[in-house]
Amino acid sequence: MEAVNATEALVMAMEALRVNRLRSVLTMLGVIIGVLAVVILVAIGTGAKDEIERQISGLGTNIILVVPGRISLGAAPTQSKLGLADVAYVRRVVGDPSKVTVSLQSGETVRVGRTEVFVTVIGTDQNLVNIFERPVGKGRPLSETDVDTRRRVAVLGSEVADRLFGDLDPIGRQVTVAGARFRVVGVYATVGQTFGLSRDQEIHIPVTTAQRLLGIERINGLAVGASGPDEIDPLSDRVTAALRDRYPGEQFSAVTQTALLGTIGSVLGMLTGVLAAIAGISLLVGGVGVSNIMLVSVRERTREIGLRKALGARQRDILAQFLIEAVLLTTIGGLVGILLGVGGALAIEAFTEVPASITWWSIALAFGVSAAVGVFFGVAPARRAGRLDPVIALRAE
Amino acid sequence: MTAPAIEAVDLTRRYQLDGVAVEALRGVSLRIDQGEFTAIVGPSGSGKSTLMHLLGCLDRPSSGVLRINGVDIARLSDAALAELRNRTIGFVFQSFHLLARTTALDNVALPLVYRGLGRAERRARARAALESVGLGHRMDHRPSQMSGGEQQRVAIARALVGEPKVLLADEPTGNLDTANGAEVMAILDRLNAGGGVAVVLVTHEAEVAAHARRQVHVRDGLIERIHLRDGLAEDGAS
Ligand SMILES: Nc1ncnc2c1ncn2[C@@H]1O[C@H](COP(=O)(O)OP(=O)(O)OP(=O)(O)O)[C@@H](O)[C@H]1O
Ligand SMILES: [Mg+2]
Repeated sequence: MEAVNATEALVMAMEALRVNRLRSVLTMLGVIIGVLAVVILVAIGTGAKDEIERQISGLGTNIILVVPGRISLGAAPTQSKLGLADVAYVRRVVGDPSKVTVSLQSGETVRVGRTEVFVTVIGTDQNLVNIFERPVGKGRPLSETDVDTRRRVAVLGSEVADRLFGDLDPIGRQVTVAGARFRVVGVYATVGQTFGLSRDQEIHIPVTTAQRLLGIERINGLAVGASGPDEIDPLSDRVTAALRDRYPGEQFSAVTQTALLGTIGSVLGMLTGVLAAIAGISLLVGGVGVSNIMLVSVRERTREIGLRKALGARQRDILAQFLIEAVLLTTIGGLVGILLGVGGALAIEAFTEVPASITWWSIALAFGVSAAVGVFFGVAPARRAGRLDPVIALRAE
Repeated sequence: MTAPAIEAVDLTRRYQLDGVAVEALRGVSLRIDQGEFTAIVGPSGSGKSTLMHLLGCLDRPSSGVLRINGVDIARLSDAALAELRNRTIGFVFQSFHLLARTTALDNVALPLVYRGLGRAERRARARAALESVGLGHRMDHRPSQMSGGEQQRVAIARALVGEPKVLLADEPTGNLDTANGAEVMAILDRLNAGGGVAVVLVTHEAEVAAHARRQVHVRDGLIERIHLRDGLAEDGAS
């Protein structure tokens, strides 16, 4: 005997779901929510990862940050022993002095008239703008003379300039930094955030001036610009080795963008995986709901099943009928969940600060898993239906 | 003479009820020839329905042999049994057993779905079957929109649509008034006389049983006697 035509079986299953519309929708709801959760959570995880990678890349290219101590996640920062003499030493090691810059940071209050803002004050030198690709919007950057003669001059981040001076042109005006008066010589162009810290809220002053102002001899770290991606690793090895020679027994670390991207990428990838797994559990719970409802449905339709068998349905016709119903429930639920999930992710991206980026693998996975859930959780009820004895089924009330 | 459509030899059927065995049939032998009209009569609980279900392959006997078209069904797979039910046997139930949310036409076409026929052919055949029971004007009605007599005629059309060799009807007039019952019996008569379909029906009513050429009297799970309309009596225990 011929098998029941596939489209026929599909139409029959659709009809059965349509007849029990409310129940079908409620059953699908579990799957819809599960798939929705997978798509949205993966989108948020991926969005966060993309955003952070974008910020790291935005720092400038081919930069090696050299800091004292051993860098690892969760380790407390080491007390710095580096000073300006060490910067001169690294400049000799690197060969090109303009490829090395320095940083000494401190959070300070800055005042103009009655307006006060709290900012990150960074002591640095004339090479920062080139190595970090930090364009100056107005005025001029710090110069070598500023550093050598310890001038009290400052270059403002664009947001600091806005908050202190509003519409006024800040160039040539005075600001008070940690009680000392500085003259504004430049304003940086707007660059945005890194790790939630706005780099437009910085003030740069000569590192020598900063040391005197803060009363310290040390610096926090230095940055070396490599001339190309291939030079990053050998150069960072050379610099850290030279520093270890100078300070036997001390550790120095070179942080490169590639290393940073790798570490953060794997942490966030793991996070995304955990989110997807949690969402996957809710999808599984949705599957249990489908199984439950299909069992109820088989019980309710015992007489129908008996009749179909009396009219010539084989075990596998009945099995297929109920399996198709289960898979249809979960795949329709899956599709609705994907639509809502994509819509939700787009809305989150558009209307909130949370970055969300939709990934095709999560959609394919969510759909595949919901179809598999239908098969997996539909098989037991469908087999039970297929095995029903026609005579028992017909006598049942 | 041609082979019997159905041949039962010493059939028994035991049910287990709370650990107690109930013997619904205790050794029944019966032959249904092609084109025959047989009535099965007997008191309630005597095993009539049980016998019908066995003859229609809806159930398997506890012991004994059942041959349909000469084939022992004990050796048939589920798929082969399904095909027998689909092609050789048509069943009519006392309580109609129509799909509630489905039109008369689709109810009648249902057996053809399991034969793998295309939709157009199914509908054409179902239409013809409905017309043959006088329901050409009720194609798109659902069971709830039809009288009991009409529902039973739809059920007969469904049993006929696959052109079976044997029509098994378990109290087909049991839920109908006299007029509707008479109409159903007229259809069965016509099928049997004109279409050559063997009809086996269970009934409590003497008038209904009188339509049959042969009456099989069942009591306590055994055939008590077989009575032919022409006045001859067959030996029941053969
Ligand atoms: N599924 C079952 N489990 C246990 N006992 C059953 C089952 N089906 C039928 N029986 C028993 O088998 C016997 C025969 O039942 P059956 O339905 O064949 O009688 P019947 O002759 O059709 O009666 P009626 O005229 O009332 O329809 C009865 O005693 C009944 O209780
Ligand atoms: Mg009965």
